[in-house]
Amino acid sequence: MSQPKQSGKAFFKQLQKYYTWYTGGFLTFLFLLAIAEQMGMSRAMMGYIFLIATVALYGGIGVMARTSDASEYYVAGRRVPALFNGMATGADWMSAASFIGMAGTLYLSGFDGLAFVTGWTGGYCLVALLLAPYLRKFGQFTIPDFLGERYGGNIVRSIGIFAAVLCSFTYVIAQIYGVGLITSRFTGLEFGVGVFVGLGGILVCSFLGGMKAVTWTQVAQYIILIIAYLTPVVWLSVVHTGNPIPQIAYGQVLAKVTQREIVLNKDPKELEVRAIIKARADAGDANLKNPDAAFAKGKTDLDQNLANLKSANAPADQVAAAEKAIAAYPKDVTAAKALYTKEKALAPRAAAIKPHATPFPGKDQEARDKARRNFLGIVFCMMIGTAALPHILVRYYTTPSVRDARKSVFWSLFFIFLLYFTAPALAVLAKFDVYHLLVGSSYASLPAWAANWARVDPTLLSITDFNKDGIVQLAEILLGTDIIVLATPEIAGLPYVVSGLVAAGGLAAALSTADGLLLTISNALSHDLYYKMIDPSASTTKRVSISKALLLVVALIAAYVTSLKPGNILFLVGAAFSLAASAFFPALVLGVFWKRANKWGAITGMIAGLGTAMLYMVRTYPFFGGVSANEWFGLAPISAGVFGVPVGLITIYVVSLLTPEPSKQIQDFVEHCRYPNLEGDIDTQSA
Amino acid sequence: MKLTEKHKEYWHKNLVITSILLGTWFVVTFIVGWFSAELNSVSIIGFPLGFYMSAQGCLIIYVVIIWIYQYYMNKLDLKYGVHEGDD
Repeated sequence: MSQPKQSGKAFFKQLQKYYTWYTGGFLTFLFLLAIAEQMGMSRAMMGYIFLIATVALYGGIGVMARTSDASEYYVAGRRVPALFNGMATGADWMSAASFIGMAGTLYLSGFDGLAFVTGWTGGYCLVALLLAPYLRKFGQFTIPDFLGERYGGNIVRSIGIFAAVLCSFTYVIAQIYGVGLITSRFTGLEFGVGVFVGLGGILVCSFLGGMKAVTWTQVAQYIILIIAYLTPVVWLSVVHTGNPIPQIAYGQVLAKVTQREIVLNKDPKELEVRAIIKARADAGDANLKNPDAAFAKGKTDLDQNLANLKSANAPADQVAAAEKAIAAYPKDVTAAKALYTKEKALAPRAAAIKPHATPFPGKDQEARDKARRNFLGIVFCMMIGTAALPHILVRYYTTPSVRDARKSVFWSLFFIFLLYFTAPALAVLAKFDVYHLLVGSSYASLPAWAANWARVDPTLLSITDFNKDGIVQLAEILLGTDIIVLATPEIAGLPYVVSGLVAAGGLAAALSTADGLLLTISNALSHDLYYKMIDPSASTTKRVSISKALLLVVALIAAYVTSLKPGNILFLVGAAFSLAASAFFPALVLGVFWKRANKWGAITGMIAGLGTAMLYMVRTYPFFGGVSANEWFGLAPISAGVFGVPVGLITIYVVSLLTPEPSKQIQDFVEHCRYPNLEGDIDTQSA
Repeated sequence: MKLTEKHKEYWHKNLVITSILLGTWFVVTFIVGWFSAELNSVSIIGFPLGFYMSAQGCLIIYVVIIWIYQYYMNKLDLKYGVHEGDD
């Protein structure tokens, strides 16, 4: 995008100009689409335009920024100014889970969901204070690079490669899944086709220009995603409170929501619905214990009922209803079992409303304490994981200096903060609308947005009239986590163009994170495994070509695994954080702050930390055949890092002290990383 | 490469500011987080305090912590002559 010789200031000015024009262009694009909507453009058409325009834009930036220079490809030439690196990190960081899922999680779990809000922001304090400036001074290409140089030898590097690939791959699956979901929902394409269209956008970008292209694309994606997130929330806030700053205004809305919760929790109609749901769930549970008998009895009862009605010469409509009930009855025991399981699964919906602002609710002190431990456990793992995920840490290799790396962490958190600071407000505003507009409305005249979404996708929103009174009770509403962000524009009564914008924002969030992750995986393999360990004499061009080839292979494998739709997305994301925290954090931080930490300490510490976290997940997460009875202190498997990180730290400490101290050369290396500039210093920076 | 007393003093100051800021981070995250339920009885600009801290207060403090660190350290580099060339 510019000449390497250019001074930092001129480059910054130039970028500022480009991106100002870009933002203006994007707003004009939205404005034109809004006009087109008024003139009658169809919704599907607008979905396609958003999809094609944004993916083409990202691809275009990729083509413009294509490169085969190693330094450009791996670290964007180390010229990215602090502010822009901050935006790129923001987009790199905020995934589909943050953009689409976060507000919904807050809506559904209330206070407990805030663990992710604090966890995913507070981790940047650790990045800023403990890692970013030192990694920048080291100035190589990857995180395994740092570990390899600091501790010496290929074993540490290999463990680094393994851990980097493991957690990035786990995380990238969740992103590609998000891409498929958004494209298929807003254009009507098949899920699988959606995955590959999105993947095309990711690949053009990272394939042609590596980190350089990914960086400039991520800045562009950040701008889209933040506009998309803030627009509907600000609007909703103005509608409800007259205050355009939702983060301040939602305090009064929260108070109203809390009052309404108390009223609804005592409402006789609500209690009636909950009793009906509970009875059905209990019946399902009982039937499941002996499905064959239940199936046979249900059938006989229905037949008997019909016979009775007929013999008593009951009115025709009653006979018809009884015949209909027989027709709807499960055909065999297997079908009946599925039905009973579904009924049993209704149980949680019979519970009373969890007050939104109350921390750690529970029936007794023990349950409350467990909730509190789990809250802080998740906060801990998300924070340490943030300071250990390779795709984030490498972003601080790309700034021009240590000084810029420090500033850049500030900008990163600031840009991330803008979204995370808004999510709790969005959750409360949406809750207010559901409690006031949806609850108590009649089934004949549901608000348009509720009717639309319930029709489009019942997993996102379904409303069932359990007590057949024709009025919506809160317990009759089932919401999915993704609905809150996706439906906000409609809840706020905004034109459809804003819904398209939100989808484009979610797509930008998922694509940008996937870009960064895929690049991290292929770089760990091409740079650390191939160049550093297999063929150190490989030419720059060869290294970059290999990296590009690997990128394609990894992307295709990831897309394939995603198309199998594995498990729970939130768990995948949480697992990636816990694994990264346990494997990397102790070795990275002690590597900088404790000169005595040595090779054997790092090798055993990384294995022990990662091993502990993996073992805990396997023993406690049902997907791997674990059971929750194996939990320590009642901590959920997502918080495995609570055990992995201390085990890693202690192992490095003890083993390092038991084995000889590192060589003078390595101790000099540590000093080198600690000072931004030393006279007569060694030089570790490449390119 | 020989480290002077001045260099050691620089590193020491770095460790001090890092510890202070990390301490703040720890307190607002874990101590305040632990007592969220108790803090909720206090109200701040219309929010229960415990909820407010986790939803917004902590986030603001994190941003400030990082700003202070970069401001302080970039000054310290200049003062101790370990800064990088002008840019």
